[in-house]
Amino acid sequence: MSDATLPAATAPARRDGSRARGESRFVQFVLIAVSLAFLLLFLLLPLVTVFVEAAARGWEAYRAAITEPDAQAAIRLTLIVAAIAVPFNTVVGIAAAWAIAKFEFRGKNLLISLLDLPFSVSPVISGLVFVLLFGAQGYFGPWLQAHGVSIIFALPGLILATVFVTFPFVARELIPHMQSLGSADEEAALTLGASPWRVFFTITLPNVKWSLFYGILLCNARAMGEFGAVAVVSGKIRGETNTMPLHVEILYNEYMGPAAFAVASLLAGLALVTLVLKTLLEWHYGDAIAASRRH
Amino acid sequence: MSVAVTIEAIEKRFENFPALRGVSLDIQPGELVALLGPSGSGKTTLLRLIAGLEEADRGRVLFGDIDTRALSLRDRRIGFVFQQYALFKTMNVADNIAFGLRSRPREERPIASEISKRVKGLLELVQLPGLEKRYPSQLSGGQRQRVALARALAIEPRVLLLDEPFGALDAKVRKDLRAWLRELHGRVGHTTVFVTHDQEEALELADRVAILNAGKIEQVGSADDVYDHPATPFVCEFLGEVNKLPVKVVGSQAFFGDRPVLGGLSQNQGGPASLYVRPQHLRIVDETPLALPGTVEHLRRNGPLRRAEVAVEGLKKRLDVDLASQVAPAIGERVRLRITHGNLFAAA
Repeated sequence: MSDATLPAATAPARRDGSRARGESRFVQFVLIAVSLAFLLLFLLLPLVTVFVEAAARGWEAYRAAITEPDAQAAIRLTLIVAAIAVPFNTVVGIAAAWAIAKFEFRGKNLLISLLDLPFSVSPVISGLVFVLLFGAQGYFGPWLQAHGVSIIFALPGLILATVFVTFPFVARELIPHMQSLGSADEEAALTLGASPWRVFFTITLPNVKWSLFYGILLCNARAMGEFGAVAVVSGKIRGETNTMPLHVEILYNEYMGPAAFAVASLLAGLALVTLVLKTLLEWHYGDAIAASRRH
Repeated sequence: MSVAVTIEAIEKRFENFPALRGVSLDIQPGELVALLGPSGSGKTTLLRLIAGLEEADRGRVLFGDIDTRALSLRDRRIGFVFQQYALFKTMNVADNIAFGLRSRPREERPIASEISKRVKGLLELVQLPGLEKRYPSQLSGGQRQRVALARALAIEPRVLLLDEPFGALDAKVRKDLRAWLRELHGRVGHTTVFVTHDQEEALELADRVAILNAGKIEQVGSADDVYDHPATPFVCEFLGEVNKLPVKVVGSQAFFGDRPVLGGLSQNQGGPASLYVRPQHLRIVDETPLALPGTVEHLRRNGPLRRAEVAVEGLKKRLDVDLASQVAPAIGERVRLRITHGNLFAAA
């Protein structure tokens, strides 16, 4: 439908009779066609395939695949990991964003760069780091073993890896928004006699609530979908340390395609819900979010 | 509940920029004082220091005889109106105004019905009754400014501080609000300090004006004082329009070149000096012993005033002359100018 509006849009420009305009229209058509074809082939088609394959054996098979005990355990584990990692990253992300946006201190730029580290490091390496630290052969491994604490191949490891990988989302959304708002509102509240806590909860937080929600949404989607880092620290013990993405992979490797697709469809559904919410947010609170995009 | 404010030898640096360099100022209880100066002169920094939003490197601010360095922001009890008002976007007008009262420690906090009564009273005071439920985004600039003022007044401040209170408003609203604020000050009588770069605003509104330049106070005085008796060349050039003539003082007379232009001087300091003359203190005359010959090069109208620009030999800039009579000279006409009043400062 974008094609249909294009001739109208370029019409005034075409009146000056430049041949280059005619060519650029052709170029536009090609570019749009290529993008659309790419989107269909590489993004939409696989997504549709997930749902088609999941439904291929009928409702009963689908229900069986996702109610089977190992699948249930994987779903539960994924929810637990997200339920811990996301609030943790939200709180720490708010603290980091506040520190960076409202105060001047030495090493601020270093802190901003460090925030992006999880984005720039391969997830596998993020996982390996924790194995290296807390694994049986790792730096703290023997000590942990002696005290009967297991981190690697257990829930704490999954949470650590997920926290690491999803850390930047909330802070990244908040920092530019908070910076663009400045400190006048907070100063006003302080001169009116509010305590710093009251200022935070009644002024700072409500001012950035939509960017915050947006950040949490992205953080959650990644926390539930993370594969690489989690795969390394999980050990893939069925019914114990398997999250949904890992469970999908195991099922698929064991030639249980329909079951794999059934569980995958849940993850894909999560992705769609995230996308819809994100679009709604951008639609309704575009200004607030645009403030954070501008930087 | 108004209090004297004493500012003692304040010094403040930002990085390597000296924002304030030894500023002292005494403000009487209930007085309305303007801090006037060009941007970068330190006026806003001084206001924020009084508020406690900045800390001085040296010197102190007293409210009455209380040293404010010992007070928290809450205990200072200042009402601060920010330049862009800083109204809380997520709260309606009533919640904005009630914010200070609700922020009080539990034992001092008024009960809900008392708070809403106070909000109502304040909205009436700032002439915006019935706007309780509106959000800041639904208000005009002038209304926002009044809400900001009501919010600041709600905590019954000891001192009211306003940062460029009319800066964000258009000219018509600005004039109305100016008169209204003057009248409001007369009624509530808070010690009030406001920052402005608009001299007309400062002179019209304030009991006294403190003129700042490059981190120092150049002069403090009533509008008449600072306008008619400027203490420094800066004040003279900053306030109103002024013509500057390089002269030489010999005895009781000032000479422009070898022509005496102003007599009866009491200063006994001779030598080179700058003579500052306002356009209304230049008069076109027929013949007089102390006069400056020139040629009318341009005529223009500035509201009710008619003004001639007169070129004088030996002076690069044309002199602005207000025309007192209805008979205007023609362009190109040779005229003689008499200086009826001027301010003389020895050349540095």
